[in-house]
Amino acid sequence: MSEQSFWQFIIEQHEKLLTQVVQHLGLTFLSLFLAIMIGVPLGILIARKTKLSGSVLGIAGILQTIPSIALLGFMIPAFGIGATPAIVALLIYALLPIIRNTYTGITEVDPAVTEAAKAMGMNRRQMLFKVQLPLAMPVIIAGIRTAAVINVGVATLASFVAAGGLGEFIFGGISLNNTNMILAGAIPAALLAVLLDQTIAVLQKLSYQSVKKLKYIVPVVLVIIGAIYLFASVSNHKLKAGFTPEFMGRQDGDLGLRSVYGLDAHPLVVSDAIMYKAAYEKELDLISGYSTDGRIKAFDLYVLEDDKKIFPPYFAAPVIKTKTLEKFPELEKTLNLLAGKFNDSIMTDLNYKADYLKQTPEKIAKDFLVRTNLYKNPRKGNSQTIKIGSKIFGEQYILAEIYKMLIEGYTDYKVETKTGLGGTKICFDALMNDAIDLYPEYTGTGLLVLLKPSAKTIEEVSKSPEKTLDYVNLEFQKQYGIEWLKPLGFNNAYALMMRRKQANELNIKNISDLKNYLDSN
Amino acid sequence: MITVESVSKSFNGKKAVDAISFQANDKEILVLLGTSGCGKTTMLKMINRLIEVDSGTILIDGKNIQSQKVEEVRMEIGFVMQHSGLFPHYTIQQNIAVIPDLLKWDKKKTIGRTLELLHKLHLSEEILTRFPNELSGGQQQRVGIARALIADSPVLLMDEPFGALDNITKTDIHSEFKSLEELKNKTIILVTHDVQEAFDLGHKICLMDQGKIIQTGTPKEMLYQPNNDFVKNFFAKNRLLLEYKVARLKDMTSLIEGRRFYEEFQFSENSSVWDAMQQLSADTLLSEDYENLVKAFNEYRKFQTV
Repeated sequence: MSEQSFWQFIIEQHEKLLTQVVQHLGLTFLSLFLAIMIGVPLGILIARKTKLSGSVLGIAGILQTIPSIALLGFMIPAFGIGATPAIVALLIYALLPIIRNTYTGITEVDPAVTEAAKAMGMNRRQMLFKVQLPLAMPVIIAGIRTAAVINVGVATLASFVAAGGLGEFIFGGISLNNTNMILAGAIPAALLAVLLDQTIAVLQKLSYQSVKKLKYIVPVVLVIIGAIYLFASVSNHKLKAGFTPEFMGRQDGDLGLRSVYGLDAHPLVVSDAIMYKAAYEKELDLISGYSTDGRIKAFDLYVLEDDKKIFPPYFAAPVIKTKTLEKFPELEKTLNLLAGKFNDSIMTDLNYKADYLKQTPEKIAKDFLVRTNLYKNPRKGNSQTIKIGSKIFGEQYILAEIYKMLIEGYTDYKVETKTGLGGTKICFDALMNDAIDLYPEYTGTGLLVLLKPSAKTIEEVSKSPEKTLDYVNLEFQKQYGIEWLKPLGFNNAYALMMRRKQANELNIKNISDLKNYLDSN
Repeated sequence: MITVESVSKSFNGKKAVDAISFQANDKEILVLLGTSGCGKTTMLKMINRLIEVDSGTILIDGKNIQSQKVEEVRMEIGFVMQHSGLFPHYTIQQNIAVIPDLLKWDKKKTIGRTLELLHKLHLSEEILTRFPNELSGGQQQRVGIARALIADSPVLLMDEPFGALDNITKTDIHSEFKSLEELKNKTIILVTHDVQEAFDLGHKICLMDQGKIIQTGTPKEMLYQPNNDFVKNFFAKNRLLLEYKVARLKDMTSLIEGRRFYEEFQFSENSSVWDAMQQLSADTLLSEDYENLVKAFNEYRKFQTV
């Protein structure tokens, strides 16, 4: 399966790809259209009242510098999830170049020409539409061109808020260690940017006369594509489901739900950073979560029982190169102090403290170690440095911090943490390239995402947590020279969850109940 | 008729125009003459309210321009600028038709009038579909004049209209301009720093310096009855040429052989001595007539006071 070529992937996934391209274009065009509707009049306004120009351009400039992920984060409380927050965020990014170029274009029209227009008795309106705008048009179009290219790029992040687009493939591919999937998202996104840039460049070079005719056609095209997107993204299913990009592409995820349970939830793709909150706020009804996530407790979510066992065990354990263990002789012993010190409810509680009580990972880690009598003051040793990595979610930050304190308390090694690595592939590659020395991984992820054995092997080794661990440990040592140390004791498996209240009302206890409910009319 | 009454204008506390009064009569070309920075262009632009006055009043045919809508004032006034000020995104045809379009003229009427003006200004119809940057400077300036004339407004303001042209083109346009019937019944105010142009085209000259009018008068009065040394010195460099230009054949009728000049050479009484000499000097057979005219001019000159 890992040998699948890029073209095979494209052919197999062409429907999804097409949908994502349409979504991507829809997001880009709709936001671009709105940005033109707002930006051009604003540019005209500040060209007339130049006193305002400093503050308007200043504000647009500041908005531009907000990191796109952060901006999307700000949008969620105001606009929920889906197309709206994505379009608003894209609109904000598109504004600056459009306002600025409209302003520059108009103020740089030859003053002799505007004076002639005035002298002939044109009023401000006539002057704007007959003289200033036509003459400023190439500059304004250049601004729109810049905005369009920015938007194609930023729209890849729309998948974080369930707005679709090529980001679904890109971020799904990163999570799933699937290069074909990353490329299937990234190449069309790049092509769209180039194509759009060149199309607008052609418009820019046309004479004023032909642009005049196009001024009616272009907005119509923008609006139609935008409308197609909005129409396509409206779902009227009984339950609104939102799954992470990683879950969407996994056998122990959406694929398994379809093949084993025959369940098609018509899911939106959404970032796990906002998924739980969206479920709590009734933006979503069904989400794919992790069974130890603190937000399950915080938002009172109910985990559906996996009655057909499609979610294999996900025991957490540190992964580390054998070579590294030899280099740091005291390391294995120290890390294994934690073995079996956790269970699901302990981990859920630690996550709850981070996600809901907003305690820092340092405080949570220290409290935990003190409570289990493992805490020792740091020795402030001066030996070699160990680099600990973590993925980008709360549990991994806490585990990385616990390892750090443990190593500093029990050995003379120095510790450096590299937290927030964006996905399994990135963490694993970092480990392989010695950018990090160890990170906590889950047996199920190791099996399904990294090793990708045949379906038969998966079925065989998924029967018990121990079997899974033995298999991944053996294969990792064979293939990569990496060992799995003793598991921590909790199982952070995938799980489907709903609001407890809704689950009770609908009398849904397990995934089969869910399927029956969705099938009933 | 345009009446300007004690008009002043300051920019950043500096007086650009200082209590100026003058009057331009119907069918008269009045020239505002002066060096750059003397306030002549500011004065001109206050007449169509491109610049608003600080104090004083401007009347056109007895109506105060301040009490009318600014677009209406401008619509009644043709305006020709130094760099034609044509719209680069319009064809020549569209450029000439700007004002008719604003006035919502019938298309046929606009076309008819456009062709009429093209003919009078010696422009070919081919240029109608071209854009301004495809035309020579002289052609652009002619189109600029056509644009200002199309609505046949009674008043025409010209801001250094020929300033950007080379001397040969300028001389050609000057002579066309003088013979253009369209202009004969208009009130025209023309701004220039070119003394020869002022004398060639102006019926009346206002010589300006530092925001004030130093002297107003006919070209002849400017030369022979200067108010002060400033006026005298202003024309000193071109004096002889200007004197030839100012003198008319009728001024020396008693000194020349009338039959030969008016009947054989077809000169008019109003021809300037300069033009007559130019024509005579071109033909060696007429050198005797040329010398006679020079003699006559020198006699006439003795009686002019300086």
